[in-house]
Amino acid sequence: MTTYTATLGGERHRFDSLARLLAAASPERSGDRLAGLAAASARERVAARWALAEVPLATFLTEPVIPYEDDDVTRLILDTHDTAAFAPLAGLTVGGFREWLLAADTGALAAVAPGVTPEMAAAVSKLMGNADLVAVARKVRVVTAFRSTIGLPGRLATRLQPNHPTDDPAGVAAALLDGLLLGSGDAVIGINPATDSPKAVRDLLELLDGVITRYSIPTQSCVLCHVTTSVDLMERGAPVDLVFQSIAGTQAANASFGVTLGLLDEAYEAARGLRRGTVGDHVMYFETGQGSALSAAAHHGVDQQTVEARAYAVARRYRPLLVNTVVGFIGPEYLYDGRQILRAALEDHFCGKLLGLPMGLDICYTNHADADDDDIATMLTMLAVAGASFVICTPGGDDIMLNYQSASYHDALYLREVLGLRPAPEFEAWLDAMGLLDETGGLREVTGHPLTAIGRELAA
Amino acid sequence: MSETTEVTERAEVIDAVGVTGEAEGAGVRGTADVAAVADAVDVADMSDKADMAGTAAVGLGELWPLLRRHTQARIGLGRSGSGLLTRHRLGLQAAHAAARDAVHSAFEPDLVAAALPGMPTVRVRSAAGDRLTYLQRPDLGRRLDPVDRAHLPRGGDPDVVFVVADGLSSRAVHEHAAAMVRATAARLTGWRIAPVVLAEQARVALGDDVAAAMDATMVVVLVGERPGMSAADSLGAYLTHRPVPGVTTDADRNCLSNIRPPRGLDYETAAEKLAALMGRARELGRTGVGLKDESDHGEVTDRIL
Repeated sequence: MTTYTATLGGERHRFDSLARLLAAASPERSGDRLAGLAAASARERVAARWALAEVPLATFLTEPVIPYEDDDVTRLILDTHDTAAFAPLAGLTVGGFREWLLAADTGALAAVAPGVTPEMAAAVSKLMGNADLVAVARKVRVVTAFRSTIGLPGRLATRLQPNHPTDDPAGVAAALLDGLLLGSGDAVIGINPATDSPKAVRDLLELLDGVITRYSIPTQSCVLCHVTTSVDLMERGAPVDLVFQSIAGTQAANASFGVTLGLLDEAYEAARGLRRGTVGDHVMYFETGQGSALSAAAHHGVDQQTVEARAYAVARRYRPLLVNTVVGFIGPEYLYDGRQILRAALEDHFCGKLLGLPMGLDICYTNHADADDDDIATMLTMLAVAGASFVICTPGGDDIMLNYQSASYHDALYLREVLGLRPAPEFEAWLDAMGLLDETGGLREVTGHPLTAIGRELAA
Repeated sequence: MSETTEVTERAEVIDAVGVTGEAEGAGVRGTADVAAVADAVDVADMSDKADMAGTAAVGLGELWPLLRRHTQARIGLGRSGSGLLTRHRLGLQAAHAAARDAVHSAFEPDLVAAALPGMPTVRVRSAAGDRLTYLQRPDLGRRLDPVDRAHLPRGGDPDVVFVVADGLSSRAVHEHAAAMVRATAARLTGWRIAPVVLAEQARVALGDDVAAAMDATMVVVLVGERPGMSAADSLGAYLTHRPVPGVTTDADRNCLSNIRPPRGLDYETAAEKLAALMGRARELGRTGVGLKDESDHGEVTDRIL
């Protein structure tokens, strides 16, 4: 195994493997400390970056951070690597790649995407500042579609998340109405179910499908159950628009989610076969998040940001409609405070976009993390500037089922207002047809609306 | 805004609608008309946008209070520009502040000990020396401080040891833990109960270490759960039979969650369930996925501590 060294201020630093070098070069975060992988000092961290800047990109193709024979994600990354797309980068070091990215245009970034591996993306991100991560990601354009089109320039989509702790249909419908009237739901109307029982999931699917059909809403629904439940429900004719699954960057971590690439292949084919999309056929919705591999003891000594980027190789295989990094959900033992969560959000968005994925974010925190609603505002603003495809939104920023705080529908309106962003075009036209837009295209505040029929059984 | 205030306000609005049948907005009628109005509107044929946004519509001012009966979600908040109204912004901050204070307020074992008259107690710390370490190093919160482990009482062949662990909410433990120990112990006729262990900077798995050190057959960990925006005082109870530190996993435990009268599970109900689980665990010689709470459904949760 190759050893990497750097001399900084007269002190020689030595890193015994590429994985060790990547970990030591990572910006500080609690999860890498918990794993015993973090740099021992601030100087060692910078020394690692000097050493990493000199590593040729081609090294990542010959020196996998997790052995090829041990891990199917490594095999997926190396077996599907596009040598022709990689050609413009083949002579670059990681440091040179950073400069190439900063100068590249949208077309060049799209052309190299199939030649970039997750480890290359993770490595270069460790040399980039927060502003670099914004500037490069903003140039990348990834457009996907089902009943709405996600990722067009000047657009920001939202997931409407009408969760309820007991999946009560009345409670879900009430929150659904609230989100629609606040102009949300063009990325997906997605519910995290309280149970994974097929019956409960199907009830929610029928509820969402009924509303989408009745009001001709150009969006897609998703009940975020396990992939095997979705496959089962599709076989029984349930109205499944998108197949959801949480994924991670190692075979063992995916196994802890009860997922294999074979299972995902099967679900992907089944969902495509339903042909429920109208303007596109992207049918997968993935969620990821730094720290999941470590929490499953399945990180193989690789730092949490690099492992996270490897999950995007899994996502890429299935041409997803949406990839969502749930960035602050996992807790302070992985990302301690608002600063670490912001950094992770920018890294994940950058790496995903660079690899060609429709990246959005659940910008969020738990009550035991050192973060608050001001951190949400900071993160939202930076990620919207960076061109995030979508963000997760909840009523008042408070999810009563998952017990965490995320962005609110109001926050999305703020982003549209200050950055001139608009919803997905199909959804924007629908809002207009429903009388919910004013003459400037802003959201109209109404005192009543026919959509309130969604809640009519409740009011009776 | 306290929850009580909020609930009261909602009740008043609902009553007002029921009595007068009137509310804000043009063309708004009583609640019985909501469905009729909605039915009368055919969305596909709608040509006049003004109708949709105003006159033909159902009044939201009276609808939101009705919908809030079905969810605690913060729906119908209104807005000023894109922002939340001041009272809602402060309401969210108040809920977050309660949760933050619950996480960071110090555990006071003496409060719990004083509420357990006649029951011997012993205080221990985990290997996490302070709150900052505790939050970032879950592994340390699962292990006893070595000195404290050495001082744990041994002998007497206890059937069960209760461990009161601060977890992520000292407030939950201060308010509910002693009452739960008393209510449960009262149902354990003939059981040999070890001194109650009061554990600081402790996670659920610390109970494994305690049970092993005291040679107890079973351990009940009463732990402060991660505070949410609507509940900062929720207590969890985790039952584990013959735990082995470092080997036992969460799949080997049974859990009761959301113990926080009067809004959540009350002490007598929770103690009844817990004592029943303990009885069956003793018969079967195990806890976890092989032992279901058959008394009802839905109390077993996946909260991670």
